[in-house]
Amino acid sequence: MELALVLEKFILVAIIFGISLVTAMYSTYAERKVAAFLQDRVGPNRAGPFGIFQPMADGAKMFMKEEIIPTQSSGLLFIVGPSLAILTACIGSAVIPWGQKLTIGSRVIDLQVTDINVGILYIFGVVSLGVYGIMIGGWASNNKYSLLGAIRAASQNISYEIAMGLSIIALLMLTGTLSLRQIAEQQHGFWSNGWFTWNVFRQPLGFIIFIICAFAETNRSPFDLPECETELVGGYHTEYSSMKLGFYLFAEYINMFISSAVMATLYFGGFNFPFMHHLGLSENLVTILGVVALFIKIIFFIFFFMWVRWTIPRFRYDQLMDLGWKVLIPLAIANIVLTGVFATIFK
Amino acid sequence: MESLTNKKKVLEAKPLNFWERAYLPAIAQGLSITIKHFFKKPVTIRYPEEKREFSENYRGLHSLKRDEEGRERCTACGLCALSCPAEAITMIAGERQPGEEKLYREEKYAAVYEINMLRCIFCGLCEEACPKEAIYLDGDIVPSDFLRKDFIYGKDKLVEAPLNQ
Ligand code: SF4
Ligand code: SF4
Repeated sequence: MELALVLEKFILVAIIFGISLVTAMYSTYAERKVAAFLQDRVGPNRAGPFGIFQPMADGAKMFMKEEIIPTQSSGLLFIVGPSLAILTACIGSAVIPWGQKLTIGSRVIDLQVTDINVGILYIFGVVSLGVYGIMIGGWASNNKYSLLGAIRAASQNISYEIAMGLSIIALLMLTGTLSLRQIAEQQHGFWSNGWFTWNVFRQPLGFIIFIICAFAETNRSPFDLPECETELVGGYHTEYSSMKLGFYLFAEYINMFISSAVMATLYFGGFNFPFMHHLGLSENLVTILGVVALFIKIIFFIFFFMWVRWTIPRFRYDQLMDLGWKVLIPLAIANIVLTGVFATIFK
Repeated sequence: MESLTNKKKVLEAKPLNFWERAYLPAIAQGLSITIKHFFKKPVTIRYPEEKREFSENYRGLHSLKRDEEGRERCTACGLCALSCPAEAITMIAGERQPGEEKLYREEKYAAVYEINMLRCIFCGLCEEACPKEAIYLDGDIVPSDFLRKDFIYGKDKLVEAPLNQ
């Protein structure tokens, strides 16, 4: 491997890392603003114009807070928990294709850290690892509420991963590949051969199942039972304070960002946008516009996450399990069958 | 039981139909309601910059009044302190010396007059009790402060500004 490639990847990784962190930071701000607007309020507006510096203030506050490690907790695991949560949240972004290839001089730069041919499986793996952060943290706190929250998180993630995986299988039957870049490229443009190219129009049911599972996997409302305040004090992070708590909260927002990116890539055409090759623009410009298009989709999904959170109340735990096992899994299997039938007929 | 108000309504728990059981239409409906609120004007009043309009008879901060000639009206009779359910008012009376006729209307006046704003419940009974029309709750909201002792308002804060000569 040449040095330039290493350097190029390194810069790309740094940029993506930075962007995920900044997006997560501003998601906290956006969450409060969206909540406020949906409730006819104003939201944070004191730190800087329109409260723009609120995330910095929050971050500084988190760092200044007293660090409490309960004497009854298991010391090392107590620290491993949040570290693992934030680590797994951050590494998911490696396989997401942020854009097409950028040509600078004679160099062709691939706007994806790595195009492994098991892209989706990698994401699944990383997402399932994420539950260890919560599980270990909840266990190490040595507090019954934390433990209950952690158990809830683990069983919820396991249940919804199945339905999510099944909904992806139907998608893979159409795409024939696991590589996220190839899936994104297959959805080129917006319209071809008399039908939309984006997968959401070929897999509407699959998409609905996927997005519901994504809500459950990221522990977002209405599936935020692991941190259900009314029953569990603070859920798995009851005993956490200072930046360790910050990491848990932050990991949730990064997860939201990554799952929005995955949804945009798998179902909403990724970096493709309508008429991208009929405008007569140069390749590089199309690529950059593609990146912008992807980010618009991601921001929309993040907004959607928040919009849902401030609209519907959370499920009861048995309803959650009912929905996962008795509704989503059979639906996902039916979706596979239907997809098979349609794919054979309209080949 | 027999309904006395005519407002009784018998509700039947009907089994949900398919679309109701599917959740999603109801969720979409909920989302459409919340998004409408997204574009509504916030109802917030941004307090320090903006103030809610007080009603005519709003009971705010007390002020000790002066008469037409700019003399303090209060005669330290203590009726306000006596009527105060929160025991927020204390005072020390003083006798008017010759030459102070321009300052105090009556021969006896309040040398010290203190209201503890942390005790006061803004009931307005002091205002009603006063025979000299000397105290009115016509001021603003009590401003915040850091120390308890700063909430004990003396004459410097309570007495109206002297008339312009
Ligand atoms: S308003 Fe009521 S509570 Fe306050 S000083 Fe007057 S009588 Fe006492
Ligand atoms: S304020 Fe009125 S009631 Fe109170 S001591 Fe003065 S004159 Fe008497």
